[in-house]
Formats: sequence, C-alpha cells, structure tokens
Amino acid sequence: MNKHLISAADLTTEDAILVLDTARELAQISDRPMKKLPTLRGRTVVNLFFEDSTRTRISFEAAAKRLSADVINFSAKGSSVSKGESLKDTAQTLHAMGADAVVIRHASSGAPELLATKNWIDAVVINAGDGTHEHPTQALLDCYTIRKHLKNNDGNLAGLKIAIVGDILHSRVARSNAILLKTLGATPIMVAPPTLLPVGIENWPGEFSYNLEDVLSEIDGIIMLRVQQERMNAAYFPTAREYSRNYGLTSNRLAKMKPTALVMHPGPMNRGMEITAEVADSKNSVIVEQVANGVIVRMAVMYLLLGGSGEMGENK
Amino acid sequence: MKIILKNGLIKGEKNADILIIDEKINKIGPANSIIDTDAEVIDITGLIVLPGLVDLHTHLREPGREDAETIATASAAGAKGGFTAVHAMANTLPVADTAGVVEQVWNLGKQVGLLDVYPIGAVTVGLQGEQLAELSAMADSKARVRIFSDDGKCVSDPILMRRALEYVKSFDGVIAQHAQDPNLTKNAQMNESELSGKLGLVGWPAVAEEAIVARDVLLAEHVNSKLHICHASTAGTVEIIRWAKEKNVKVTAEVTPHHLFLDEEKVSGYDAKFKVNPPLRKIKDIEELRKALAQGTIDVVATDHAPHPREDKEGEWDNAAFGMTGLETALSVVATAMVETNLMTWKDVARVMSEKPAEIGQLADHGRPIKENEIANLCVVDPNISWKVNAEETESLSTNNPFNEITLKSKVVHTIFRGKFSMKNGQVQK
Repeated sequence: MNKHLISAADLTTEDAILVLDTARELAQISDRPMKKLPTLRGRTVVNLFFEDSTRTRISFEAAAKRLSADVINFSAKGSSVSKGESLKDTAQTLHAMGADAVVIRHASSGAPELLATKNWIDAVVINAGDGTHEHPTQALLDCYTIRKHLKNNDGNLAGLKIAIVGDILHSRVARSNAILLKTLGATPIMVAPPTLLPVGIENWPGEFSYNLEDVLSEIDGIIMLRVQQERMNAAYFPTAREYSRNYGLTSNRLAKMKPTALVMHPGPMNRGMEITAEVADSKNSVIVEQVANGVIVRMAVMYLLLGGSGEMGENK
Repeated sequence: MKIILKNGLIKGEKNADILIIDEKINKIGPANSIIDTDAEVIDITGLIVLPGLVDLHTHLREPGREDAETIATASAAGAKGGFTAVHAMANTLPVADTAGVVEQVWNLGKQVGLLDVYPIGAVTVGLQGEQLAELSAMADSKARVRIFSDDGKCVSDPILMRRALEYVKSFDGVIAQHAQDPNLTKNAQMNESELSGKLGLVGWPAVAEEAIVARDVLLAEHVNSKLHICHASTAGTVEIIRWAKEKNVKVTAEVTPHHLFLDEEKVSGYDAKFKVNPPLRKIKDIEELRKALAQGTIDVVATDHAPHPREDKEGEWDNAAFGMTGLETALSVVATAMVETNLMTWKDVARVMSEKPAEIGQLADHGRPIKENEIANLCVVDPNISWKVNAEETESLSTNNPFNEITLKSKVVHTIFRGKFSMKNGQVQK
C-alpha cells in the first residue's frame, strides 16, 4: 500500500480488499466486551480539522483509541490557524511534536496532498475529506457496508450497480466512491441534474444519468448525497421542492428498487429533501450501520498504514 | 563608448559586424570587417542578434508590493532575459490610474536605467470597473501612456468597455482587455475540464474568455477603435481573433510563454506555482496558440511576469495567488516551443517579441530594424545552449517560475540597452 491515503485511487484492488478484510477482522474485536487492541500503543495520531466535522472527527478518534494510539485533536477554530498560520507552519509544528499520523480535514481541495508531498512532515497522512476533492475513508466504509450485505463480507463487488444521487459536482464522497466502486469491480451510476454533474462526467468510471426513475430497478444500492441549501441560491436548480420531486428518495421510488437494495447516506441527512424519513428508517436503510462501519474501516486504515503489529501482526 | 559585436547572425539570417557608438548603431559591415582599436570587441560567432525584446505585459509590483518585486529587480530580470522595454501593468498599490502614479513608475524606471519602463494606465478608477480613470491625463503625462488595462480584472460592463474604446481614440490609445467574464468564473481555480472535476477545483471555462473576446471585437469594430487581447489562452479565442482580423477589426493579441508550453496536467499535484490566470489549458489549446502565433493571428508574446512572495505560493491551492514570473525565461521558452519545432524562424521571434509589441505600444526606440543610425537596443542569443531552469537563481525578488527544473533550448547571453550592456555574459550590469 501507499504510505498515505489521499485518494481512493491510491488503492489497488488488492489494497482495497486488504483494507476491507482487515476491517472484517477488526469488527469481530469490536463485538467483544473489551474493544481495545494494543496495536498502536505509543503512536500519536493527530486529528487536524480545518473544517468542522464532529462526526468524522469522533469516528477517527474512536478508531485510533481502539487501537490504543494517543490522539491529539487539533481544531482550526480558536487556534493559531484562525490567526493566519499557514498549513506549512502547522505541519511543521505537528512534526516537531512527533505525530505518527495526521488525519486531515480541510476546505481546500489538495491540502492533504500538499501535506503528504511537501516534506514538511514525515507522518502518514490520511485524508478525512478535502474540499470538493475526495473522502476515501467514506468510500471504504460504504464499500465495506455494501460488501457485508451483498457479497457475504468477502471478495470484491463485481456485478453490483450502485447509484450515487445528488450534488456530484461538489461531492468528495461521490468522487471517492466512483473510483473505489470501480476498483472493486462494481458499476457506479452518478445521478443528478446536469447542473450538478461536473464537466467531463462522461469519462468518469461507470455511468451517469439525469433521471433517477430510470435507474431504480437495476441498482443494488443507492447512496443519497446531502444537498446544500446554498446550491439553490446559486441557481443549480430552481427550488428545493423541484429538486426533491425529481431526485428525492421516497417510499414510492424505494418500492421500484430490488427488495435487497441498500439505502445509504454519508450524513448528515436533510430528511424531506433528498430522502424521506420513511425511507431513511426503512428496513433497506443501512445509514446507522454506516457510522459503526466507519470506525472499523478507519481502524483498518490506521492499522495498515501505521504498520500495526500484535494480535493481527500477520497483516502487514 | 564603442562596442563591436563581431560576426553575429542578424535575426539568424546574415553574418555581420555591428559597431555601436554611444546610443546608436554606427555601422554594420560584413563579418570580421570592422576594426576599431578603441572599441570593446565581443566575438559572437554563431550567436544571433535580435532587436531588444519588448514586453507588453509585466507586473513590476512597485508601488505597493515591494516584497514581491521592485522596478529595480524587475528591470534586472528583464535585462537578464533580453528585454530593453517593459510595459508596467496598472494593478499596483496605489493603482496606476492617475498621471501622478504613472509618472512615478516612469521616473523609477529611468532611475534604474536597465531598460525602458512604459506604464500602462488603468481603464477604470481603482480597477473597480465603475468609472473611467483620467485616461487623457495619463496619455498627456510625461509617461505618455497609450495602453490602458484593468488587467487582473476584466472590464466586464459592456457600456463601460464601449466608452473606453471610444474615448482613447482621441489620442490613438488602445484598450488591453483581460478577458474573463466574472460571473462565469466565480472562485475559479483552474481550466474547467475533466481534470478540474477530478481534482475538485472550481473550473474556469474557456467560454468565460471567449465570450468577452467575441463581445469586445464586435465593440471595437462598431466604434472603430483599437483593442488588444491580453494573454489569449484558448483555441476558441484564436478562432474569434482570426475571424475579427479577416473583417479588419483593429484587434491585436498576445500569448504568454507559459500558455505556449505548459498544460493543465501540471495542476495535478496542487503545486500552486502552476496557478495562473487565465489558467493553463489543454494540449489542443497550446497547439492552436502556437500555430496562431506563427501565422500572425496572435501578434505577440507577452510574459505576464507576475512575481509573488513565497508564502503566497506554497499553501493550499485555492488560497494561493495567481501568476508566474517569466521575464528571464521568455525567450528560451519561445525558442523551445516555436523555433526548435520549426514553427518559426528567428526573424519571426524578432517580430513577436520586439517589433510588434513596440508597434502596439507605439514605442519609437524599440523594435526597430537593426540598421545604421538606429538606437542600439539589442539582445544576443546563443541558440545552441540547453539549460535547466533553476527558479531560485533569479534577478527577480520572487521565485515562482513554473519552468523550474525544465530544460530549455537557447539563452540570451548579452543585452544592449541604448548602446550599453545592461547584461553581459549572463551578468546584469547593475
């Protein structure tokens, strides 16, 4: 595996399956009363969050702590970063403090790549979401969830079709999922109004469609993306109601999907906008489970990238 | 003071000796024919003599951002690159929108004395795009401004652009447009393409340039005035300019060395030294720009030399400044992109980097034929050198040259400004 996890494209098929298999092993440990492994004892993981995201931060924090790492949370708000400190100075400060891994969330696309390539720091860099670029651990947890339910928690995702619906243009989740689903043999289908699909979508892995109704019957799972209120103001679509009518996941639409089809959402949801409450709480929904799987998958990533040893030492 | 340039190839065509006395070319004779024991003799056998280069688009940063560049350091960088004249863009602090500021820039250029600094005046007060600046006062000042531009910002309001084009007719001025529709490029970071989608960077679509170019050539035709298009970057812009020229619209256009050479793939590592406005485009655009330059559809090469201090270029991509330095590498980039590829001759290089820009800027002493009695503004190029650019080795105060580590063919070895060496054997004569 690459030293860092910046993009889903950093993972070969073998790498991705190794992460999912490792996560599967770690999941068994998570079911024990004593959830902690000594694997990363003495190692320091810094959660470097330039952008607020409580969910993602506590997921990484829980993952690191279950592997016995020391966790330092660094939030840009109220710190020297808000006083104009540069990414470089922050990185060098963390380097001086001996960080072994930096989990970075940043509003600027490419910030994790700079951290990984600029020689400011020699820690492992894990991208926890950068701008509108990528969010690879989200894609890993989505694929883990899909594999668990539809592929008996084993092997690749060959033959599956997964729709990703919503603001593809601005979604780092969509980018990482498109890449990783393809890497694992599945077919991603991007579904959105043309205004919310990036230029060049025809060359993305998988397929795309402007029409949600058209794809419902053929898909094995659907990932609904949050639609930001501000997109409406920028004329990406006329009104929230019109968007919801065309692209919202309702019980009606759920009924047109395969009975086994999974409903996913990276959260936080706008109930009533891209997904109705009935669908979010339906038996097809694995949205809450995604959160649990997020911790496991992030444990697997840290375990593999930080060269974990001990109980699971055979996985290197 | 006497200098003999012995046995050089004038514009790459004819071997000759050039005798320079004081400010002027005194005599041109057959190779190895001129002997004068008082003169400093420089043997330039195998080297090419061009008229001193003229840049239509230079950001000298002074006044206001002397941490990035000063008129002195930019002049040195220009001399190093073979330039004997540069046009100072108006987006300084304060903006060059009054006779006072343009005269200050003009005077500072004179004091440094390594090349002629011709100020470009702002079109609108403070580059705000709301009210015309006192164009006539700048034209009548000591700086004799003829080119006006809000560069960095587009004069996007069509009625204001129309008025500016009309107004400068009274003193035969030209409006140099930075063609960028502001609404189509809000927060834009790079060329809009499949790659911008992949990198998650807001796209700067070609149409945002082309729509303004199309509108402005129509306006220029309508009011019969002179328009200059700054840093043309797309194949579509080339097509529109070609169409306008066929209709005899008074339009000229420039292309930068970086748009002739570097494509959008450079953005992939998020290294902000490749962040520039207009953005690096696609290979197809580069090919069309090269062809257009060779054919004359695009008239000139202009550097858009835009120095920025280190801290403005090494952070996150979307927080970094737009712009690249280029005075020292311009000739070598053009030689590599255009001469080495047999698209142009050295005579063409003289046309696009000296004669035409001097004509657009209405400069009397630059871009002249290499003949007796002309002012001796010259540069000497070694066409056989291959060199790897080191951005840290620069006369500029800033190091944001995107050609760092790239190997280029040809290099300016001497520059003669008004009869004196401003750069000799690679050494700026400060």
